[in-house]
Amino acid sequence: MSGLALSNVTKEFGAFTAVNNIDITVPHGTFVCLLGPSGCGKTTLLRMIAGLDLPTSGAIKLDGDDITRVPTHKRNLGMVFQSLALFPHLTVGENIAYPLRIRGVAKEEQKKRVDELLAMIHLSGYADRPVSKLSGGQRQRVAIARALSISPKLFLLDEPLSALDAKLREAMQVELRQLQQKLGITTIVVTHDQREAMTMADTVVVMSKGEIRQAASPIEIYRRPADTFVADFIGSTNLLDAEAKGGAVTVLGQPVSGISLGSAAKATLSVRPEDVHLTAPGNGALSGTVTFVRDLGGTIETFVDVAGRQIVAVSTPRARPDVTVGQPVGITLLPDVCVVLAK
Amino acid sequence: MRREPPQRLVDYAPIAFPAIMLTVFFVIPFATMIAVSFFQRQQGGFYIPAFQLANYERFLSLFFANVLGFSLMLAIVVAICCVLLALPFTYLLARMSRKAQVVWLVALLSVLSLSEVIIGFAWSTLFSRTAGITNLLVMMGVMSEAKALLPSFGAVLTGMVYQAFPYTVLVLYPAIVRLDPTLTEAARTLGASPLKAFFTVVVPALRNTITATLIMVFIFALGSYLLPQLLGRPQHWTLSVLITDQAVYQSNMPFAAAMAVFLVLVTLGLVALTAFVGRKGEAA
Repeated sequence: MSGLALSNVTKEFGAFTAVNNIDITVPHGTFVCLLGPSGCGKTTLLRMIAGLDLPTSGAIKLDGDDITRVPTHKRNLGMVFQSLALFPHLTVGENIAYPLRIRGVAKEEQKKRVDELLAMIHLSGYADRPVSKLSGGQRQRVAIARALSISPKLFLLDEPLSALDAKLREAMQVELRQLQQKLGITTIVVTHDQREAMTMADTVVVMSKGEIRQAASPIEIYRRPADTFVADFIGSTNLLDAEAKGGAVTVLGQPVSGISLGSAAKATLSVRPEDVHLTAPGNGALSGTVTFVRDLGGTIETFVDVAGRQIVAVSTPRARPDVTVGQPVGITLLPDVCVVLAK
Repeated sequence: MRREPPQRLVDYAPIAFPAIMLTVFFVIPFATMIAVSFFQRQQGGFYIPAFQLANYERFLSLFFANVLGFSLMLAIVVAICCVLLALPFTYLLARMSRKAQVVWLVALLSVLSLSEVIIGFAWSTLFSRTAGITNLLVMMGVMSEAKALLPSFGAVLTGMVYQAFPYTVLVLYPAIVRLDPTLTEAARTLGASPLKAFFTVVVPALRNTITATLIMVFIFALGSYLLPQLLGRPQHWTLSVLITDQAVYQSNMPFAAAMAVFLVLVTLGLVALTAFVGRKGEAA
């Protein structure tokens, strides 16, 4: 199979299991984000793919070849580090040409390729500048160009945008995704930023404590989270306790209609804030009290207290709810937007 | 935080103490030595104040030129050997566990605390015919019979490299520890074998540190006067040996001072040249 395949990959540091029995397949040309809180094993997994760490057990295959024990420098990959790791003693052009120089590519060819790459990252004419004279965003682009200069089979990035400020980071996410689609290169990015993962990835792999919680397309993960961890980690959500007693379902102790928990007696409902509809109290809706209204201009968040639990509703200015703090309101739960998760 | 340059006299107060110490223990003795180098020696006595260039004239002979040349060559070879040995050593040391690093550094510091005399006699025993390392080689069957490895240039060089090695490691250590380890990892992901990564990334990134270390070890080695006497032949004696000889045994302070001043000037010249070449290489 063309692409990257990890099977039963485990990494132990002494008694601590950083990565536990992971299987992932990354088809050729796709963009995968490894997403999770710090310490979930995502960076260790990436380092094993790069060959900087050796798995305790399991196999890594690239285009059908087992590369588990192939040393890093023979894997022909491109990697961008969190610290960028640009070589301080080399200029921009020399940094980008480094992988070519190491492989003994002719000087003229090196120069041609460097010019191409500089044009690609919109830094033509910067070849002779020292890297220390570049801004954060420019360094970022140089690190990307350097990793891509040999047209690698595999493009790995470890928290590549974490050093940039919020605005630049958002812009770079789009740019990186467009670049990846143009080049059609198999790409794996490690990030803890769910917006970044949603923006760029074909497949998001959500990890926690060394294990995969869910691997699917961003919208699938958002709409159909596999468990409460994923639901809570991706975007914001309201997690509500639900109970089924003799055919009747109660949410936060109040009876609701139209929602089925399947065969489970107890479950957790995940409802995205934008799916929470405020109505008048009664009529089979959950009843609660408005405790706070956060008007951010673009969106309005309404905090509602239902039986001691806070539920957040998000609406646009057009659909501004006509509520004030202290007012009793009803919340209708539509069955098609509630995800039933095992407790 | 921006620091204002000192405005009033009081602002200079914090540097008063170091300035006084430096003046009393460095500037005054050095000035005295320069002055003495122009004084006139009294046969059988000490010296009387005068201004004459005789001491410097005496120095300008082929014999002293040879000794000076040998001294500088020896110090340069020692500096190069030390850096060549210490650079890979320190690089590997910096990647060891914290505990192992402490053990190694303590061991190196203890070598540094040994006096030149002890190092000299230890090596003269190790290089001797009766109790030296050649006996071990004979026992292992590598050599047919034990022989003395000293006095020789090799013995002098070994002793001096041994003495300067811990010093070299301690000078290199902070810079190497501070070097971002992801630089080497990045080089490896970009296709460089660990050895290639060391030579194309670590060594060039440490260029200034290496130059500074070469200069410091060079100066350190230049002052060595016991090891050449203990481990070498008279032709391996350095200028420092002759200065000691003139000052202590011949009681010719003015001539010893003149030689010392000359040595300082030549050293300063070489260091300036190295710094100049280094800066030029940077610009290119």
